[in-house]
Amino acid sequence: MSLLQTTNVVKRFGGLIAVNKMTFSLDEGRIVSIIGPNGAGKTTFFNSLTGIYKPEEGQIQFKNHSLIGLRPDQVAATGIARTFQNIRLFGSMTVIENIMVGMHIRLKQNPIDILFRTRHFNAEELEAEQRASEWMEYVGLKNVGNELARNLPYGGQRRIEIARALAANPTLLLLDEPTAGMNPNESEDAIKLFRRIRDDKGITILMIEHDMRVVMGISEYISVMDYGEKIAEGTPQEIRSNQRVIEAYLGRGAAVAHEQKH
Amino acid sequence: MKQFAASPVYKFFLFPIGQIIMFALGSSVGLSLITVLLAYVFKFNVTNFDLVERSLLILPQVVINGLTIGFVYSTIALGYTMVYGVLEFINFAHSEIFMVGGIVGVQLIAYFEHLGILATLNQYLVIALAIILAIIISGSLAVTVERVAYKPLRGAPKLVPLISAIGMSFFLQDAVRLILSLTTGEFNVILPQFGTFDEFLLVALPGMADPLRIQIKSVIIVGIAVLMLVVLNFLVNGTKVGKAIRAVAQDRPSASLMGINVSQIISITFLVGGALGGAAGVLFALKATKLDPFVGFFPGLKAFTSAVLGGIGNLTGALLGGLVLGLLESFAASYLSIFTNGAFGAEYKDIFAFAILIVVLIFRPSGLLGETVGQKA
Repeated sequence: MSLLQTTNVVKRFGGLIAVNKMTFSLDEGRIVSIIGPNGAGKTTFFNSLTGIYKPEEGQIQFKNHSLIGLRPDQVAATGIARTFQNIRLFGSMTVIENIMVGMHIRLKQNPIDILFRTRHFNAEELEAEQRASEWMEYVGLKNVGNELARNLPYGGQRRIEIARALAANPTLLLLDEPTAGMNPNESEDAIKLFRRIRDDKGITILMIEHDMRVVMGISEYISVMDYGEKIAEGTPQEIRSNQRVIEAYLGRGAAVAHEQKH
Repeated sequence: MKQFAASPVYKFFLFPIGQIIMFALGSSVGLSLITVLLAYVFKFNVTNFDLVERSLLILPQVVINGLTIGFVYSTIALGYTMVYGVLEFINFAHSEIFMVGGIVGVQLIAYFEHLGILATLNQYLVIALAIILAIIISGSLAVTVERVAYKPLRGAPKLVPLISAIGMSFFLQDAVRLILSLTTGEFNVILPQFGTFDEFLLVALPGMADPLRIQIKSVIIVGIAVLMLVVLNFLVNGTKVGKAIRAVAQDRPSASLMGINVSQIISITFLVGGALGGAAGVLFALKATKLDPFVGFFPGLKAFTSAVLGGIGNLTGALLGGLVLGLLESFAASYLSIFTNGAFGAEYKDIFAFAILIVVLIFRPSGLLGETVGQKA
């Protein structure tokens, strides 16, 4: 049984069909990428999964429960965490606090605890802080816990975003262009980190990515979207030689030229 | 040292109190210096008495008055600034939440008097009960107002909830007037005389001939306000709810993707802001002793000015803004007539409060401690 299963998901914006009959399934423990040209509807698909957009048609099943109609916070509570295409950290909070916000749903504090600062409350805050700094070190950051998130360099902010998502203890991690703006070395580190997340924690990873070296280097399975539709899926090998994919990326003329060369 | 800075005692107790003392001292000393300087300047124009000596004579009293009202403004301003932080709109009904808190508190005390037990009860217990009741009523009223008047408009352009807030403000004023008229027959509410709040503590200062006279209620107002500010600081910086409030304020969509129920956090924000407003209402009633359903307007407007002065959306800014505004008002009320030889009196003090608002909006729209507005967008 697959972890995530979408059936004929449709999302329209007025006359524009951003996601068209997207049927997609994701098995537990895989690293899967969604690729496609700009404007293909990949991020819209992510937003439909996480409850930001309400799809007009179709079914989304996660762990055999429907996600349709759930608010983003309810979706997050089912075990889906995500990062963003443009980094969206809480800039004027510290790194540790950002990661602790990620733990929000896992912390149980009631008003009585807070009011009287019970032992339970203190213990939980302390433990949360410790776990947050563990996550910080896990993604490869040291001694920046009390820095404001916005003062970190770009690569560091990307890492905090991942740590914040991991802190929610997700089953499924959605990464929206996680290596955008990174140099080849940083991308290499990122790939290692994603593998480690899957191998150590058993977290399933679904990512949108443009950098083909990253996509081909890490994905076990790839889905390709164009104009809101899934046009191909398969292993990296299959995708590399798929005619429709080359057309979508390079245009028909280039695809013909490519064919003639071979 | 680093360990000490991270310890909860420092973060949630010593630091906020230190900050409050620093702000209070800093603004008092700053304004005092300006006043003394002005006294020296004006001395050459007004010759029939020693202006400097006379200014210095009343200075401690002026500072104490200013701080007392300043802390009340700060407490109300926090309600404005918290709501602005998460929703980016000015909750103009907050002045009415404040007014309801004051009236509820005074009515409770009047009820004790009616039962004939006011004189027998401990005076501090009476104040505590009045504040707790005001916190409960104002807090739930603020949440209700949000549910009824703002939540349905959450997707609307920013001007729409603003108009709704102004409407809510008028509605609450007249609703309270109606309820008071129907139940008590008149809508002026007068705080019964009780306890020793009007008496003075005498503090002998070295180097001064007369001891400093501090009204007990000033001490209570400042004490309770400081207590609430410390609790608020802990709530916002030390708890999961506080982090969620700040996360929602900075980026609502990604906060919700972190599993934060945004509607719930907005309700909590209104609850906390309303509770602070209600408590401030009782403190204000203690000082003003006579309330009516329209009494919220001016303190509310001034608290709003304080919030803008400190940088709206910024909690520390609201604290500083309230103190500065309270002190400024007190200085203006006391010194205007002295400096102008009676041509202007205390009734012109509001000019200063609102002139400050205009000056801040022109020269530093983000406020004293505010960050650049672009960051919120």
